[in-house]
Amino acid sequence: MKTYNKVLMIIAALSLGLLFLFPMWKIYLTAPQYPEGLELHIWVNKLAGSSESVLQNFNILNHYIGMEPIHAESFKELRIMPYVVYFFMATGVIIALIGKRRLVLYWASLLMLAGAVGIFDFYMWLHKFGTNLNPEAPIKVPGMTYIPPLLGSKQLLNFEALSLPGWGSLGIFLAVLLAGLVYFLSRRTAKSATVRHNNVLV
Amino acid sequence: MEILINKLKKAAPKVTLLMALATGAALQGCGGSEKANAQDDAVSADAATAVYVAPGEHDELYSFLSGGFNGQVSVYGIPSGRLLKVIPVFTQFAENGYGYNEESKAMLQTSHGFVPWDDLHHPKLSRADGMADGRWLFVNGNNTPRVARVDLKTFETVEIMEIPNSAGNHCSPYPTNNNEYVLAGTRFSVPLDMKGGTQDVSLSEYKDKFRGSISFIKVDKEHGDMELDFQVLVPGFDYDLANGGKGPSNDWVFFTTYNTEKSATLKELGASQNDRDYLAAINWKLAAKYAAEGKAKEMPANYYHNKMDEKSHIAKSTVKKTVRYLLPEDCPGMMYLLPAPKSPHGIDVDPTGEYMVVNGKLASSLPVFAFSKMMKAIENKDFDGDVNGIPVLKYESVLAAEVKEPGLGPLHTEFDGKGNAYSTMFVSSEVVKWSLEDFQVKDRMPVFYSPGHLMIPGGDTREPYGKYMVVMNKITKDRFLPTGPELMHSAQLIDISGEKMKMLLDFPTVAEPHYAQGIRADLVAPNSVKFFKLDENTHPEAVKNEKDVSVTRNGKTVKVNMTSIRSHFTPDNIEGVQVGDTVLFHVTNLEQDWDVPHGFAVMGANNAETLIMPGATQTLRWVPKQAGIFPFYCTDFCSALHQEMQGYVRVSPRGSKVPIKFSTGEKKPVPPATASVE
Repeated sequence: MKTYNKVLMIIAALSLGLLFLFPMWKIYLTAPQYPEGLELHIWVNKLAGSSESVLQNFNILNHYIGMEPIHAESFKELRIMPYVVYFFMATGVIIALIGKRRLVLYWASLLMLAGAVGIFDFYMWLHKFGTNLNPEAPIKVPGMTYIPPLLGSKQLLNFEALSLPGWGSLGIFLAVLLAGLVYFLSRRTAKSATVRHNNVLV
Repeated sequence: MEILINKLKKAAPKVTLLMALATGAALQGCGGSEKANAQDDAVSADAATAVYVAPGEHDELYSFLSGGFNGQVSVYGIPSGRLLKVIPVFTQFAENGYGYNEESKAMLQTSHGFVPWDDLHHPKLSRADGMADGRWLFVNGNNTPRVARVDLKTFETVEIMEIPNSAGNHCSPYPTNNNEYVLAGTRFSVPLDMKGGTQDVSLSEYKDKFRGSISFIKVDKEHGDMELDFQVLVPGFDYDLANGGKGPSNDWVFFTTYNTEKSATLKELGASQNDRDYLAAINWKLAAKYAAEGKAKEMPANYYHNKMDEKSHIAKSTVKKTVRYLLPEDCPGMMYLLPAPKSPHGIDVDPTGEYMVVNGKLASSLPVFAFSKMMKAIENKDFDGDVNGIPVLKYESVLAAEVKEPGLGPLHTEFDGKGNAYSTMFVSSEVVKWSLEDFQVKDRMPVFYSPGHLMIPGGDTREPYGKYMVVMNKITKDRFLPTGPELMHSAQLIDISGEKMKMLLDFPTVAEPHYAQGIRADLVAPNSVKFFKLDENTHPEAVKNEKDVSVTRNGKTVKVNMTSIRSHFTPDNIEGVQVGDTVLFHVTNLEQDWDVPHGFAVMGANNAETLIMPGATQTLRWVPKQAGIFPFYCTDFCSALHQEMQGYVRVSPRGSKVPIKFSTGEKKPVPPATASVE
């Protein structure tokens, strides 16, 4: 691999750092009496939102329909995920330094897989919160579940929920994209190197 | 007609509004009364659109109107005239528990004990560089002399200071251009005993014994906290109103006086004998210098200073025991008297700081003094004798001009910043526009009825916002639908952007507005606090987690440290209270969201409810007088399950064996995972 490929690969690895700077996913809630909206931000290592007390406000609204309160401590993922990201960042840099093209492919594939697992896990949580309702809830709408959308918007009683990836997810996207690019570009150089080698032989 | 209007309304709301207005005017026109005709002329067809603030839109300006005898401040949006808030200041307010709950009671403490009412006349916004800065609002309590400060981050009263050696704190409060001082003058002179009280003397001794005082209150630059720095003891006149200079006259404050005759009885005659009373001019900077240089003497005093703590929301009183004072006769150059037409009312200084308009309510012309001439007269010692060692300047040498035939009964003047002045005429019930260039009347407009103060936003500052004028009328009569003998007062909004004044709107106002202040909304709105942070609540009885609630007995006092959150109290079942106990409900509102106050009321309480803002703790005191079950509940419709937000206190006879016990929710073998109480 040429130097610029190695540099690109390092950038790919480091772009995962965006996960520590921006939320991965954002859930926006608006309702007639919430013109200012409520935003829940899902980070790689924490839950936050449009205000410090957003979780409390989410939970107050959710308790009427019997949804389990959301607490950052209930998610093991928030403790594990940072290490997964560190792992990918470190291995990404190491692969860049080694410069083995095949490893880039493995790395990118594994990262995509991890991303997919993450999204699946996220969906399972949404499903769990949306369906595991306290039978003693004050407000019960027969047949109604409250699974927020994974992507896009959905009306849940008086709330319109909109779910969109945040800038943090861009880090994963960039990492995969750049690693793919490195794989693609280094293929060409590998080819031309072979050609040149052949020429020498001839 | 009504049906037709309704039909049209559905079709085109805005057009119809105009039409309805026009129709209304036309109908009145048919009646042929003079007043209706006057209205026809005064209200143009586009008035409705000029004041129409569409649903969900915000007003351009905040206005703060004093409430007069209700002791409150009312906040209205301009140009809509919509009431936005009533701020209790000197008066108990059962609506939110101000002055009733344990935290705020101290705000109303005075040297006369608990005084739960006052007469609030003059709001004045705090200033930076001669302009309203939107941080605080200073207001006066007239009856039991007090000056209060309202914080415009929370629109709450945060400080009240009693003024010693004063009676009828009418000439108050006047901030200097950077809040260096807020000045407060006494309307009623009283015989000071120089020990913090008034003397027990015969009223026939008025002339010899009575004195007035002007208080210099220092304001902390950062936090606004007030401190009475010193007082100037002045001759025993009535000090009516004041206003500070600006620009060249920055260092001066001017006070109107009446009863220079020093009459003690039937003042409507006794105080109206002299053809001239005085405008008092005080160099506040020089006064401060004299005080700092040791000219001030000290005397015993006894006055209360009450402050609301920003973090605990608990008011604390301190009693001050001394006050410093200056005597004008010891302080050359500090104070002068300018002869003014009989019994003047308002004194208003134009935006350039050159002209002082003296509103001589009994005079036929409106004299305008020139600051430059005053300075020259002082320099040339153009004196016409003295009063108690205070030089009296010659009328002719300070006069810039007299506005001829301005109307009858001029009370107050404000300025538009475009070279015009506007004066209210109480007796002829009109507003008169006149020019500061040629001192000629340019326009007049009838107002309904008998205006007192008028207000142009920033009209008392360096740069007025010369688009609107609010005139506050003293008499309402037929302006609105009748409501029995007692009527709301009436304010009128007038467009002053053009050459001719244009009447835009009538709106009823709470109690009796005297003066008012207006300020651009963008100077106040962005700083408005949405809720208090629970983490920053330092109330010693606050409970920040439902797990930590408690009910504890100490002798005959039972302390309930409880919480409220949508939609329950914790605890909501309380037992072990006995007849005659003093129960203190310390309620913390755990909400951390905008506009979710919870109220707390308990049956039979002899005070009021208390309304607790998110993140705050408030205490309601309750002494049950009989055994039984006493419900309590949330009074502010907080959520879909607000009606369920209630609880019960069991009161047992004195000496009962029922132990203290409290809970919320029933214990379950497997606790359900809900957001409600554990």
